[in-house]
Amino acid sequence: MAVGSVATRSRSARRSWTQSAIGSWVTTTDHKKIGVMYIYTAFFFFLFAGVLALLIRTQLATANNTFLSPEAYDQVFTMHATIMIFLFMMPIWTGFGNYLIPLMIGARDMAFPRLNALGYWLFLVGGIILSLSFVFNSAPNAGWFSYAPLTEATPTCLTQAIGTAQQAAQAAASAAAAGGQGCFSPGANPDFWIVGLNILGIASLTGAINFVVTILRMRAPGMTINRMPLFTWMTMVTSFLLIFALPSLTVATFLLLFDRHLGTHFYQASAGGDPLLWQHLFWSFGHPEVYILILPAFGMISEILPVFSGKPIFGYTFVAWSGVAIGFLSFTVWAHHMFAVGLPPLAQAFFASSTTLIAIPTAVKIFNWVATVYGGKVRFTASMLFGLGFVSMFLIGGLNGVALAVVPFDYQVTDTYFVVSHIHYVLFGGSVMALMAGIYFWFPKMSGRMLNERLGQLQFWLFMIGLNAAFFPMHILGLLGMPRRQYTYPTGFGWEGLNLLSTIGAFTIALGVLVFLINFFWTMTKQRTMPGDPWHAFTLEWATSSPPPPENFVTVPVVRSRRPNYDLTHPDAPDWKMEH
Amino acid sequence: MPLKPTWRRRAALALPLLFALLLAGCGDTSITDITHTPNMLDPKGPIALKESDLFWIILIIATAVFVIVVSVLIYSIIRYRARPDSPEPTQTHGNTRIEIAWTIAPSVVLAVVLVATITTMFQIQQPQSPNTITVNAVGHQWWWEFQYPDQHFVTADEMWVPTNTVVHINLVSNNVIHSFWVPQLTGKTDVIPGHDNQMWLQADSQGWFRGECAEFCGTQHAHMDFLVHAVSSSDYQTWVSQQQQLAAQPTDSVAQAGAKFFTTSACIGCHAINGVTTTDASRLIGPNLTHFGSRQWIAGGVVDNTPTNLAAWIRDPQTVKDGADMPAFPQLTDDQINELVAYLESLK
Repeated sequence: MAVGSVATRSRSARRSWTQSAIGSWVTTTDHKKIGVMYIYTAFFFFLFAGVLALLIRTQLATANNTFLSPEAYDQVFTMHATIMIFLFMMPIWTGFGNYLIPLMIGARDMAFPRLNALGYWLFLVGGIILSLSFVFNSAPNAGWFSYAPLTEATPTCLTQAIGTAQQAAQAAASAAAAGGQGCFSPGANPDFWIVGLNILGIASLTGAINFVVTILRMRAPGMTINRMPLFTWMTMVTSFLLIFALPSLTVATFLLLFDRHLGTHFYQASAGGDPLLWQHLFWSFGHPEVYILILPAFGMISEILPVFSGKPIFGYTFVAWSGVAIGFLSFTVWAHHMFAVGLPPLAQAFFASSTTLIAIPTAVKIFNWVATVYGGKVRFTASMLFGLGFVSMFLIGGLNGVALAVVPFDYQVTDTYFVVSHIHYVLFGGSVMALMAGIYFWFPKMSGRMLNERLGQLQFWLFMIGLNAAFFPMHILGLLGMPRRQYTYPTGFGWEGLNLLSTIGAFTIALGVLVFLINFFWTMTKQRTMPGDPWHAFTLEWATSSPPPPENFVTVPVVRSRRPNYDLTHPDAPDWKMEH
Repeated sequence: MPLKPTWRRRAALALPLLFALLLAGCGDTSITDITHTPNMLDPKGPIALKESDLFWIILIIATAVFVIVVSVLIYSIIRYRARPDSPEPTQTHGNTRIEIAWTIAPSVVLAVVLVATITTMFQIQQPQSPNTITVNAVGHQWWWEFQYPDQHFVTADEMWVPTNTVVHINLVSNNVIHSFWVPQLTGKTDVIPGHDNQMWLQADSQGWFRGECAEFCGTQHAHMDFLVHAVSSSDYQTWVSQQQQLAAQPTDSVAQAGAKFFTTSACIGCHAINGVTTTDASRLIGPNLTHFGSRQWIAGGVVDNTPTNLAAWIRDPQTVKDGADMPAFPQLTDDQINELVAYLESLK
């Protein structure tokens, strides 16, 4: 392995620092260690952005609250979403993929181990740059999709020094008062966002290319495409989405950078540019991005539900190919974020149709998951509870998503709390619940220790109650006319109680996260006592020790079915004898 | 498939009442004396009516789907929970026929939804009533200007319209993107620099309707609200002729002093008063104040238009609306502010 070869080359007779506790992590190219670093770092950002969420909910707990200034609130809500999406959800899926994919397909490592390490360190650098913006009081403040021209400036109006938010606002005000067109964000806030996102984009791209090559070229003998675990399938689809979607974000943000610093006018209407260009470019990335955040969750659920139901996934082919269908369709739906921008009716009808179409493979997946549980032998582990929670909560996110494709209704609820509810049912009720199922499921594989099941169940109920209290009232807030991204709201429209309930829900989720942290740290103090496979699991990663040795498998495994570990544990009735 | 109006009205009241009033207690301190709401489920115009009809249809379908799927899921986990004597489950790998069936089933339901969507979408493109007026809604950071191009006047923060009349609205912005939204009358259309977006709305009954900016547009996005006042045709004509008049001459001495101070101070750098100051549009940054005293709100609904609030606003807008373009005037004496307030409030 690379770690060993570096050590061999070291001229020092003493123990090289690459073998020290810290050095072995910093210099590693082992996919498992890189995966673990991704997961820890991303989880740290989850806590960070979670605190930002609590700040938002504290500000909105009561009407006319003054806990946060409008300038602070705008930075907090922008960074909550930016961090959750780019520094938590994307990299944590990369982390799990890194750890699991080579084990699942019987490979010794990723195809490009050093590129893999580069990806992690770029992610860290991007994360640090974005976080540093807070230190300079210039955190991005125009929302996670940072619409031009609100993010626009001209080279002459940029504030030279990084000033306070008030100074930036005053500069913007005086620029507007002076009749200066096209200078709405003279501070460095959008620049931090652009630079941070592009570094993270490179990191994601290296990871995506690595996954595609690894999955297509590194599978063990007998691990055909049609026998790959569904998490592997979904990671492959996600990787293709990243490769084709990220360039659009890169182009969009570079054009904005050129506008701001080189004096071009791509998004400046007064000089012949077009603000809608930003929206088309951004959402061409932004909608595949939503599936980048949820497809790995689909994959995880398709691994976990079968194990705890004691049955194979119902309709492997449908589940795999519906994921591929979603991947293709995700590039045809971007303008459903733009129904209110005044597109021609025919274009709106097209995007309503494509959005409706993408709901079909999603529905198929949900039915297949339910059918997997039906007729099984259901074990209520913490992991399974989160998996079942995922199915029911993501279903709500799917249904209110279909509602948003109903164009005339979308005219009413777009940019209201109804949309905020939708994205949180998908990304929290969906992605985070699946992630927690995955953490409880694979934690023993990664650490050789079992997380406490009772604490896991407590956390599950805190999450379920908390997320519904936090996000369900937002549907009604939207219907009652509360726009999103308001730092405060008046009394008298029935918004106060619903907002307070939502805040209570957010803190309930926070309590659940606290329970998880206690569980984690308590478990990590214990001895490794775990057998190789505590779950009677099906896939290849469980056919080696927990945690696995650096080379993953002592001998190269030979795969004869979709459930190689089931075959090993059921020698009398293995899948490959049952399949035709 | 329009639902029966009585049923819809009952449901429209039930949902917000059930969740909001129950949970909110008695939040009834409205920002002004006039009652208004942004509740889209209490529609007062043909567009909003169709949009809320669609909501109830979708809600019924979505609830049915949710209940069916979750019932099967809950049945499965209870019926097939692991017990000590549970047999090993049959290792079924799928059933193509069933899977094709449940691919077709949601396709049919979604096709129905799509047809309802597209028909409604084209229906609400076309206004029915032959009576029309035109208003230009101009989005500023952070307040709305309303120009009545055929009647030759401008106002701010509130827009009056006659009932049962199609109001064509031209949406204009020369700064950032805003979104024009009056939930009880119509869904939103974005106001985008360089784009000549248009929309229409119609009020079927008289009343005040709350409008809001729905696209994040900067620091004070939260305070970019406006009012639509739907009145009878004759009341509308009265209002129009009042708005068309030049500013009233103040009669009492305090207001007269205020008028003199207004025209000789920094105010005229940004604000116009027809008949008193220049109305050269290129120089005007703030709202036209010709009939300021007749308006309900100050500065995008951040506070009610009362003498006390106006005095606080003139002294330091930044404490009232952090980030607004209007600077503070700490050099003004109390007397000067009182004179300005008296003058501006006299401009009915």
